[in-house]
Amino acid sequence: MQIVAVGLNHKSAPVSVRERIAFTAEQQEEALRQLVSAPEILEGMLLSTCNRVELYACSHDGAAAEARLKDFLCEFHGLDDSHLANHLYEFRAEQAVRHLFRVAASLDSMVIGEPQILGQLKEAFARAEGCRSVGLILTRLLHKTFSVAKRVRSETAIASQAVSISYSAVELARKIFGTLEDRTVMMIGAGEMCELAARHLVNHQTAGLLVANRTLERALQLAKQFNGRAVPFNDFPDYLPQADIVLASTGASGYLLTRGQVEKVIRQRKNRPMFFIDIAVPRNIEPEVNQVDNAYLYDIDDLQKVIDANLKERRKAAEKAETIIDQEVGRYQRWLNDLELTPTIRELQQHLEDIRRRELEKTFAQLNGLGTKERQALEACTGAMIKKILHQPIAVLKERRQDMTGEQYLDAARVLFGLDGPTDDTKS
Amino acid sequence: MNAMSLLLFKVTLLCYLATTCAYLTHVASGRSVAEKIGRWLMRGTFALHCLTLAVRFFEAGYTPVANLHESLSFFAWCITGIFLLLDLRYGLAVLGAFLSPLALLLMVVGNVVAQQVTELSPLLDSWWFPIHVGLAFLGNAVFAVAFIAGIMYLLQERMLKSKRLSTLFFRLPSLDTLDNLNYRCLTWGFPLMTMGIVSGAAWAYSAWGSYWRWDPKEVWALISWFVYAALLHGRLAIGWRGRRAAILAIVGFLCLLFTFLGVNLLLSGLHSFETLSGR
Repeated sequence: MQIVAVGLNHKSAPVSVRERIAFTAEQQEEALRQLVSAPEILEGMLLSTCNRVELYACSHDGAAAEARLKDFLCEFHGLDDSHLANHLYEFRAEQAVRHLFRVAASLDSMVIGEPQILGQLKEAFARAEGCRSVGLILTRLLHKTFSVAKRVRSETAIASQAVSISYSAVELARKIFGTLEDRTVMMIGAGEMCELAARHLVNHQTAGLLVANRTLERALQLAKQFNGRAVPFNDFPDYLPQADIVLASTGASGYLLTRGQVEKVIRQRKNRPMFFIDIAVPRNIEPEVNQVDNAYLYDIDDLQKVIDANLKERRKAAEKAETIIDQEVGRYQRWLNDLELTPTIRELQQHLEDIRRRELEKTFAQLNGLGTKERQALEACTGAMIKKILHQPIAVLKERRQDMTGEQYLDAARVLFGLDGPTDDTKS
Repeated sequence: MNAMSLLLFKVTLLCYLATTCAYLTHVASGRSVAEKIGRWLMRGTFALHCLTLAVRFFEAGYTPVANLHESLSFFAWCITGIFLLLDLRYGLAVLGAFLSPLALLLMVVGNVVAQQVTELSPLLDSWWFPIHVGLAFLGNAVFAVAFIAGIMYLLQERMLKSKRLSTLFFRLPSLDTLDNLNYRCLTWGFPLMTMGIVSGAAWAYSAWGSYWRWDPKEVWALISWFVYAALLHGRLAIGWRGRRAAILAIVGFLCLLFTFLGVNLLLSGLHSFETLSGR
């Protein structure tokens, strides 16, 4: 039994290719039905996001399933083989399991550690469950995948630090103020980035929002949107003492806020701290403001530096995540091998037992007049023989399931003892 | 006749070492398992330390704070106790990473100084002894937390201002939390310290017949008291906070540390351990 994965992602294929093989929500159910109707595919699942399209399947014949999945992708979208060949990647067995784990843990994402992919994977799995295209093996695999992703998230810092300007502003604010509840935010200017940061801040239940903008209509509109208050642009310094967090993003060419002004405001606030975020270019706030006690000023480059540092941390965390994934791949693979091992051992025993019974009956029929004692002796003797014959093969199968050769031994045992019926070779 | 308590002391010392390791691992790696282990080790260590002090109490026959070894051990015990209370209320694991090394240091020093039981001077053997020393050390322990919070504040503030955010930045609590801790400790530590001084004066009157004798320890305690009084006043009336409050908490604790150790080791007076033992 093998897991097979075939697909492409943002690294292997440009968007012009990705968009052509992406599956819409409606197409996906039909696709899943078609997929599992193929004889090589026992169970199948489909993941289609804007950055990747991937098919997962489990099959007794990995190579055949892989070819089937590739054909399916082309046929479903009416594309030529040659179109996709250069962009598709394929994984089998352990490699496929590892790939899925890495995708779920967001190690394979465009932005390492971004959380959306896990949700998308959960959706894809739910859809496959709905279509009954997944069974025992993929269900177990996906449950394992979700727990691996959770483990990576909790044991590494992969997603703990912000990697966007607006989020890093929120993160810094939280390191200054602790909770952002009951803090007041002031927006000076209403640029897009400023609006985004304000949205994140307001999501943390800030107490109020003051909007100062040169065009009053825009200020009123934003204030309404965020349940805040518009203030006249020229009077914004009067409102500064109320503000804990100040977001500046106007197109003004000189400084709107100087060190002297901020010193005064901080005194008025009885030294309660203030956080200035200046995302305007040219800057709106005098850089020396950062030297005022209890005032913290970050401009766009500072935020970018924070993000770069965070990304570096994420990449470091990713290395740790790989070790976790290695462990978990091993665990899943062992489970999968056990899954086949136990029935094989039982079949093996049953098979030999059947032979023994048949032969004993023949023998008993030929040797008339055997006493109970002799019969019992024959039974015990043959029973001991098959036990001894099976001892070594079973021991080897159990031992080998730990590594990659396990499956080969398992297949060999099934063929050697004819557990799947006579093969084509022996028939002829 | 103090073999038992000394053995316990050494085991406790090792427990502090284990606790410190667990907390530092937590801060370095961010593993929450290490935090949990650290917390339970800290609780276990505290329980063991209680036992150590109890055994010492029975061996010595008085509250075991009469020599440097006993005082250091008692101080470490107070700090651990205060930390565990704070931890219950605020759950600041990273504080443990700073406080457990401090407690460990006190224990290590306590381990190298003379450890035999001293004979307490009959003049001083009264109920005022545990009350005065207990209050003083509890106050010191609370201020030790304020001191640690101050150091953490300065570290965090430096990183925010210089915009170089290390891993520590993400582990340390927010400036607001640390500043609050500073204030909380001040409101608890100051009354404790004041009561410690007042009870000392009362004890001095009953033992020597005068409330205040300008002995070096008393002078330094008074200096520390003024530092903290200034900080409290500044916070309440002028709105001092943040960096300035953190620095004052650090200065105050250094004064206290000198009052506790420096005075006993460098200067002599009524509070020296020799006087306590009546020699």
